[in-house]
Formats: sequence, C-alpha cells, structure tokens
Amino acid sequence: MINMISSEFFSITTFIYGLATVLYAVAWIFRKSLPHKLAVGTTAVAAAGNLAGIMLRWMESYEMGIGHAPLSNLYESLVFFAFTIAVIHLFIEYRHRHRFIGVVAGPIPFLIMAYASLPKVDDAIKPLIPALQSNWLIAHVMTCFIGYAAFAIAFGVSILFLLKPTDKDAETGISSRIPDADTLDDLTHQMVMFGFLFLSIGIITGAVWANQAWGRYWGWDPKETWSLITWLIYASLLHARLMRGWQGKKIAVLSCVGFCAVIFTYFGVNLLPGLHSYQ
Amino acid sequence: MTKSSNSNGPARQLWQFFASVKLSVVILLSLAVTSIIGTVIPQNENLMLYQRKFGDVLFTLFNALGIFDMYHSWWFRLLLFLLTVNIIVCSINRLNATWKVIFPKKPSFSAARFRQSKYRKTWTAEQSPDQLKALYAPWLARQYARFTEQSTENGFLLFGEKGRWTRLGVYAVHASILFMVAGGLMGSIFGFDGYVNIPEGESTDTVLLQNQKPEIQLDFKIVCKEFELSFYEDSGMPKKYRSRLALVKDGQTLVEQDILVNAPLRYKGINIFQSSYGKMPATNLVVTFTETASGLIYEKKAVMGAPVEMPGNAGTLTVEDFRPNFPFRGISLSNVFLCRLAPRDGEPGHIIIPADFPRFDAMRQGDFVISIANADFKYYTGLQVTRDPGVPIVYAGFILMIIGCYITFFMFHQKICVEIIAESGQTTVTAAGISAKKRPGMNAVVRRLAARLQKRAQHQQ
Ligand code: HEM
Repeated sequence: MINMISSEFFSITTFIYGLATVLYAVAWIFRKSLPHKLAVGTTAVAAAGNLAGIMLRWMESYEMGIGHAPLSNLYESLVFFAFTIAVIHLFIEYRHRHRFIGVVAGPIPFLIMAYASLPKVDDAIKPLIPALQSNWLIAHVMTCFIGYAAFAIAFGVSILFLLKPTDKDAETGISSRIPDADTLDDLTHQMVMFGFLFLSIGIITGAVWANQAWGRYWGWDPKETWSLITWLIYASLLHARLMRGWQGKKIAVLSCVGFCAVIFTYFGVNLLPGLHSYQ
Repeated sequence: MTKSSNSNGPARQLWQFFASVKLSVVILLSLAVTSIIGTVIPQNENLMLYQRKFGDVLFTLFNALGIFDMYHSWWFRLLLFLLTVNIIVCSINRLNATWKVIFPKKPSFSAARFRQSKYRKTWTAEQSPDQLKALYAPWLARQYARFTEQSTENGFLLFGEKGRWTRLGVYAVHASILFMVAGGLMGSIFGFDGYVNIPEGESTDTVLLQNQKPEIQLDFKIVCKEFELSFYEDSGMPKKYRSRLALVKDGQTLVEQDILVNAPLRYKGINIFQSSYGKMPATNLVVTFTETASGLIYEKKAVMGAPVEMPGNAGTLTVEDFRPNFPFRGISLSNVFLCRLAPRDGEPGHIIIPADFPRFDAMRQGDFVISIANADFKYYTGLQVTRDPGVPIVYAGFILMIIGCYITFFMFHQKICVEIIAESGQTTVTAAGISAKKRPGMNAVVRRLAARLQKRAQHQQ
C-alpha cells in the first residue's frame, strides 16, 4: 500500500476552506476589511493546497503503476470541482472587487471537500478501464467541471438575489448588506455565459470522445441527455433575458433550476441506467 | 405606402410567430422537459418488457406516443423542426438590423447617451484638459477600432468603439445548431450503426442492427486474426483489449490493423470500433451422463442446437444456448449452458448446466447427472460497425458553436466615452460606456479603463 500524501493535503485543504468561510462571514457581518483580506489570502492558500494535492495524486498514481490524470472517479471530480470554484471565486474578487462574493462562493469548496471526505466516497486510486484511457477524458471532465463551477457560483448569487427583500425599507441588518439587484443580476448573467461556453465545450468534447470510443457522437444515454437538459435550460435563460419582463427574479429562479439540473446530471443520473459510471 | 394590406396577412403572422424569442424559450424549455422522459423510462427495450411493467392501458398509450423510442418519435422531431424554423426566421429577421449596426451609414457618437449610462466613473486630475487629451487620444485610438474626438465649451469628448463585427457571433451560434441538425439528419438517413461479434480466427461480412432492422452486407469481410485481453493484477479489472483485424475482399487484404477501445479502424467511411468482448464455447461439445443408480459414465459428442440421444433410450438433450454469466437464485454462475431435456416419457423441460460445476445437475435428482466437460472456450471480439457521413458537418457545427459563443460572450460590441472638463481650476475626467442592452461586463470595462487612464496620467507627472 502506497502512502498517500495527497490525502493529507486534501484534509488540510478542507480545513483551510472552512477557515476562509468563517473569515468571510465575519468580514461581511461586521463590515471589516482586515478579516476580508485574511479570508481572500486563506482562500488562495487553500486553492494552492488543493492544486498541490491534485498534482501529488497524479504522481502517486504513476508510482502505483496505473498513472492517469486524477479526473477519473467521483472523488477526484469533487476535488477538482472544489478547486475550480475557488479559482473562479478568486478571479471575481480580483476582477470585480465584489466584497460579497466570498460569502456565496467561499462555502461551496468547503462543502464539496467535506462531502468528498465522507467514507461513502471511495478515495482509492483505481486503474482506468479501457474506455476511459483517452486524452479526451481529461478535456471533457475539465471543461464540464469548469462550467459546473461557474453555474455553482451563479446559483449562489441567485440565492442571494432571492433572499433580498424587494422592499427597500425592509432591508435591515444582514439583508441590507446584500448588493443591489443590478450587480447580482449582472454577475449571474456573466457566470452563466462563462459556464455555458464551458458546458458547451464539455458536451462537445464528450461527443467527440464517444465517437472515438463507441462510434457514435450522441447516444441519448441518461448522462448525455441530462447534460443537454442542463444546457437547454441555460440557453433558455440567456434568451429569456432578451425578452422584456424577464429580468431579476425570474432569471434568478431559472439559474437555480439550471443548477438543480447540474446536480442531477452529476449525482442523480447514477440512479438511472446508463453507460457513464460517475461523471 | 399601402403595405398594411399584406402586413397582417396569415403569412406575415406566421412569420412573426416564428420570429419571436419567446417562442424559442418555449421550445428550448419544452425540449428540456420532454427529454427527461427518455431518461426515466429506459429506451428501446423489448416491447414485452414494457407491457409487463406498465400494464395494457399505459403500454398502449405510451407505445402510440412513441415513448419507448421517444428521441426518434414524431413529436420530438417536430420540436426540433420548430426550433430550426425558429432559428432561421429569427436570424433572417434580425440580420438586416444587425447589418446596419455593423456597417452604419454615418457613424455617430452622442454624448447624451453616455451621460445617461449607469456605467461611469469620475475622478479629478492634475493636468490641464489639453495635456490629458494629448496623452489619451493616441492611446485610445490604438485601443479602439473607431475613434473620434470633439471639443466642448470647457474641454473634450473622446469616443471609442470596437467589436461591431462581434454581433455576428450570435449568428455563428445559431448556424452551428443548423449544422448539427443537418449533420444528424444526414447520419440517420445515409448512415448505419451496427454491431457484430466475431470469434478469434473467424470472419464475417454481415453487420446486425439494433431494433430488428434488416442486417447490412459489407462488400468486404472482417477477419478477426487475433484477440488479446489483459487485466490489472490487483483488481482483476480489464486493462486493455485489442483485436487484430483484417479487411479482406476477393481474397485480397485491403487493410490489416490493431484496434483498441478509443482507437478504431476507419476504412472508406466505415468505422470499426472495439466495443466489447466475450466468451463463447467451441462448436463441438462433450456431454457427460453419469447414471445415478449405477455410477456408470457415458460420454457423447454434441453440437449446439442439435438433440443428443441420452443413454438407455431415456430421451434427448439439446444444448440450446450459452451464457458467460447467468443469475441463479441470487448468485451469478459463469459459463452456463441452457439446455432442453426431453425425457422419453414425460414433459420436456429446461435445465441449466454450468461448465465449471460438474455436480450441479445432481440437484435435479434425475436418473442421470449431466455435465458438459472440456468445453473449449474461445474469445470473441465485440465490434461496433458504423457509417456516418454527417460527422464532418456536425463537427463543423461544434467548432462554430465554440467560436460563436466565445465571440458573443467575451468580445462584445462596446462604445466608450472619456469626457475631460475644466472646472473651477480643476480637471474632471469621466469614463463611461454603453453596450448592447442587458450586456453585463460593461461595468468592469469602464472600471478598468478608468484605472488605466489614471495610471497613465500619474506616470506622466
Ligand atoms: C439551442 C438553440 C440555441 C442556442 C444555443 C442559442 C444561443 C444563443 C446565445 C448564446 C445567444 C447570445 C445571448 C447573449 O447575448 O447573452 C443568443 C442570442 C439570441 N438568440 Fe439564440 N440560441 C438558440 C436558439 C435560438 C432560437 C431558436 C432563436 C429564434 C428566435 C434564437 C434567437 C436569438 C436572438 C434573437 C438572440 C439575440 C441576438 C442579439 O442580441 O442580437 N435563438 N442565442
């Protein structure tokens, strides 16, 4: 049995993500900038640890003689998912200087990493079955999860939007800290556009890979179909924005529905019959 | 103009109906919702299974609606068709307006529109308006495809615009959908998707299709020269399977190649994929009958499908089928022969004989314990054989979709205005931006522009 240092990395990373979440909450509630700066730094450290863990796991798989990119089962996809969310979150902090984004995006990697460490998620490095031995696997899984990560953040922002009282006078305490509707709406839209591009690339690389492995680019298996359903929902969202009267709340609701479809594509499909085992 | 007479005609109304974005939202959501059905009800199973599962009434209803192969049903195809018409009509309808935006007769900038924009940022600078203009104008002219400047009472207006052509990105996205639909249609009309199992050393030129459609005759033979399988040592999971195939026509080898999962053989539009493998018994079997009473052993040669006389005229045994795996009372038996036993006097029945357990049949407590010994197993390679002339068109659609989305989302059409005003001994600078309606990201564009302008001014000092 090879000693897996990467697992240690992931446990510590989970803890640091948790710490960042707490710091963000403190900074937001008390409107302090020092905890906020600390929170950003902590998230950066956690993301770096997360990436280091992924790299280590990659190397460990080679030591075991079954070398492959760590993107081949549920555990590995969760770890990568957490990492992408943290990176996109840091990018938004840097680019838009929205203070609130940490409150919605900060807890997600923590929750995902915590879920990944549950005993029911198998964290063993497994060899690849022949169908998965393809570079398209790496392109497919990475792009899909970058898309999912953007949708996860859009979901967080939309939830914030829906929690926001419509009546200005009703804004007291915490709810008054929620940014204005335009900012939230813009950010949701931007995250959806980013996610839509990557989900499209993800579905397309998956189709090219399927054509390479099984001789068909589309087979209507449940996983494929659910990723298409997700894609159609976000396409509707993008179009609904162009119609008068579809803004703000309705878009936020659609974004939540879209994210439910993401979650179902990710986890729920395993309950249905099909070819894909996990992704 | 007297256009009013035909502008409300039914053709016009139909056109307007299809030109609406509302319709596309409805169609997109309908596709999403109906697609769920096919993921909940497994598709293309044997009809008898459905009948047992749903009962007669539901079964008849579902079958009439094509639910059991819903992605090829008339109503699902109708939805796809409506989407296609919607995209075409919508694009034609808007192309004219878009064209005027991209190639305006006389480009104009209006300060008033920028002053109303919510994307604006104002700061003060040390330099005089003239100095700032001299600093900013050449830089902005480099950054923006179109640049103009105007003098005002007490300062300057600098206008920049870029990315007009990116308005065509949406048309690329929509055209990509048309490519995919066209490619898919072409594949389903002119292509096929079949499978065939070939034992090592044998060959075939017949490909079977799903859904009991007639089989396809290839104009060459596929020979499986070799099949090789390896497993991971620890877990016993299959690591790699490889077939050495040769395509032979009139005794001449056209190609010979190894295929792996993810590495198919392609020959003149026909693709052969390594999709599965399995075991099948040799054609000649040896059946052993052990008489329970005496312990005497009789051996008989058998071939699948042909009845064998049992010793002592007791009846006949027919080996009907073989299963590499067979569930039996909750456990999975390997290498099982399914046989039909017809005693001389009595009702015929079915029995199973697992090759790996010679005493299994003793459970039946018959006159003989039957086993099938020395069954010589052979591997067969499971091949997917396809032809799809639509693939290049679909792939062109894929590329168009990615490029179109990138252009639309990240390189959008934007206009900016920098206003420099001398006010009570100070210089005030305002950066403002406008873009297509509801386009996010303008905020960040204006903020970054302001930051860069401020930085340049500081550098100069
Ligand atoms: C699966 C099908 C479709 C996809 C993936 C798709 C994708 C897109 C995307 C990504 C945009 C850009 C949205 C933005 O600017 O944020 C867009 C805009 C648009 N789409 Fe679609 N679309 C589809 C079907 C349709 C259909 C059927 C129509 C027919 C009415 C349509 C009409 C439009 C219009 C009018 C725009 C706005 C263009 C503009 O702003 O000039 N789309 N579409």
